[in-house]
Amino acid sequence: MATAESVQALRPARRRGAPSGLRASKKNHDARAPRKSKTLTLVTAIVLVYALLPLAWLVINATKTQPDLLGSFGLWFGDSFSLWDNIVATVQYDDGIFLRWLGNTVLYVVLGAGGATLLAVLGGYALAKFRFPGKRWVFAVVIGAVAVPGTALAVPTFLMFSKMGLTNTPWAVIIPSLISPFGLYLMWTFAAEAIPTELLEAARVDGASELRTFVQICLPLLAPGIVTVLLFTMVATWNNYFLPLIMLKDPAWYPLTLGLNAWNAQAATAGGEAIFNLVITGSVLTILPLIVAFLFLQRYWQSGLAAGSVKE
Amino acid sequence: MTEVAAAPVVPATTTRTLRRSRPSWVGWGFIGPFMIVFALVFLAPIAYSIYLSLFRKQLVGGNSFVGLENFTTALTDPKFWESFERVALFLVVQVPIMLGIALLVALALDSGRLYGRNFFRISIFLPYAVPAVVATLMWGFMYGTRFGLIGNINDAFGTSLPNPLSPDLVLASIGNIVTWEFVGYNMLIFYSALRVVPATLYEAAEIDGAGQWRVIRAIKLPAIRGALVIATIFSIIGSFQLFNEPSILKSLAPNAITTYFTPNLYAYSLSFSGQQYNYSATVAIIMGLITMVIAYVVQLRGMRKEA
Repeated sequence: MATAESVQALRPARRRGAPSGLRASKKNHDARAPRKSKTLTLVTAIVLVYALLPLAWLVINATKTQPDLLGSFGLWFGDSFSLWDNIVATVQYDDGIFLRWLGNTVLYVVLGAGGATLLAVLGGYALAKFRFPGKRWVFAVVIGAVAVPGTALAVPTFLMFSKMGLTNTPWAVIIPSLISPFGLYLMWTFAAEAIPTELLEAARVDGASELRTFVQICLPLLAPGIVTVLLFTMVATWNNYFLPLIMLKDPAWYPLTLGLNAWNAQAATAGGEAIFNLVITGSVLTILPLIVAFLFLQRYWQSGLAAGSVKE
Repeated sequence: MTEVAAAPVVPATTTRTLRRSRPSWVGWGFIGPFMIVFALVFLAPIAYSIYLSLFRKQLVGGNSFVGLENFTTALTDPKFWESFERVALFLVVQVPIMLGIALLVALALDSGRLYGRNFFRISIFLPYAVPAVVATLMWGFMYGTRFGLIGNINDAFGTSLPNPLSPDLVLASIGNIVTWEFVGYNMLIFYSALRVVPATLYEAAEIDGAGQWRVIRAIKLPAIRGALVIATIFSIIGSFQLFNEPSILKSLAPNAITTYFTPNLYAYSLSFSGQQYNYSATVAIIMGLITMVIAYVVQLRGMRKEA
């Protein structure tokens, strides 16, 4: 088998009659950037279509009025193009409750995801670069806790928070969002790779305090990892449904996800007004910020993820 | 900080040896905040949950200690077992399909043979950024026989495709939503792991004349075993925790999705519609234990193959 393949590899080169030196360099180049394959591209495109088609459906249907939604073909535009009308109707419905939900979501994301990232960066740095008593214990507990289903925690957390008077306040959503074991793991592996231990020792020799070493030397090195963790915790808090569902009763504190679900469920209730066009337009508005963030910050989170997977 | 800045070289070395002799508490200064919040939102609820599961609310006299009675009740509860079997079926069918597709796409991307690789990678990943609520509503509408795509197809071709939201098909429909949401995420995990395989391994394989498939089998798959194990564990946890999708679809398919469709939905209904907090905590603990045991076994098997 081996000979057959090396003969095959040689054949095109021989046909071109290239000198051996050039042939070797050409082959080397090939190893790094292999020939593109149309077949493989087409097969993979099936998954691409699967991923994008529902989003296309969503965007197309955000341009339709409620009657068009029911009367026209799903994957093409309706008789009227009312995207702008739908957006206006979405933000104005029920005295602008959608904007209130948007504001709540931003609040939960800034404090929840921001706080979670901060804690994960500090903790990951400690796990990667310090020896401290109980370190093994910390590690075992955190890893073990990842396997505990979130819903196993939900009921007792709800009961605890309700005794503390925190339910139905933003804190009930923010505080549990502050812990991201995945973020901690990612920062731990990232910090282990990104910060040379000699650099820390040099800073200590120079007499910099631990805090100053961390802020001035380590934080810049950790930037790609921080962006990665921030993006993933942002997605987790922006998309959070279960936690606010349990903790919040007052629609004024709902995040977008709960609000959209409430709008959708409204059609099923007796006498409720069906507002599917607003549900769909609201959905587009909900996913837009995250998609934009992921597209613009590609470079950062991809290098952060790659470094995170160095260690197993 | 200021004190040291003024100090000459010799005291600086003293500080260094000092820090080395007790590096301990400095580390806690950094991990401490995480652990405090962790104790509040993870450890305390787990402890409270165990406490709850050992009691039962009586009609008179409030809570009374019942030992493991709640657990025996749950283990003989047909509703619990029905929901458990449903997520177990979901696990053995949906997870391999999703991870299989993710792995194939990651390998295709990594082979460097695709036109427009970056476009593929970012597009297939995008659904991960879509909230479960939006994903479920969107697919739920598309599934609809009235104004969804299924309805469109039936109208256009005069076919009568079955309703994806009927009781027989709803689990498969949920599997499709979950696959759509997470196939790109898993693809990215695999792809990131493939990217860091040392190029020298490929060069060696090329010298040995190994073909594409052999490189995949002998080099790529073993190199990303860690990522495969982690993705499998996360997917198992996700399957056992299945809640969002059926809970949201319930408003579109009220007849197909029961209040005990998944163990989590059952625990939720017990708590928030039935006020049976103790029994609900018991169901959640049993699911937590099963999840942990299975995740642990997968991890052990994954590691053993590595040795």
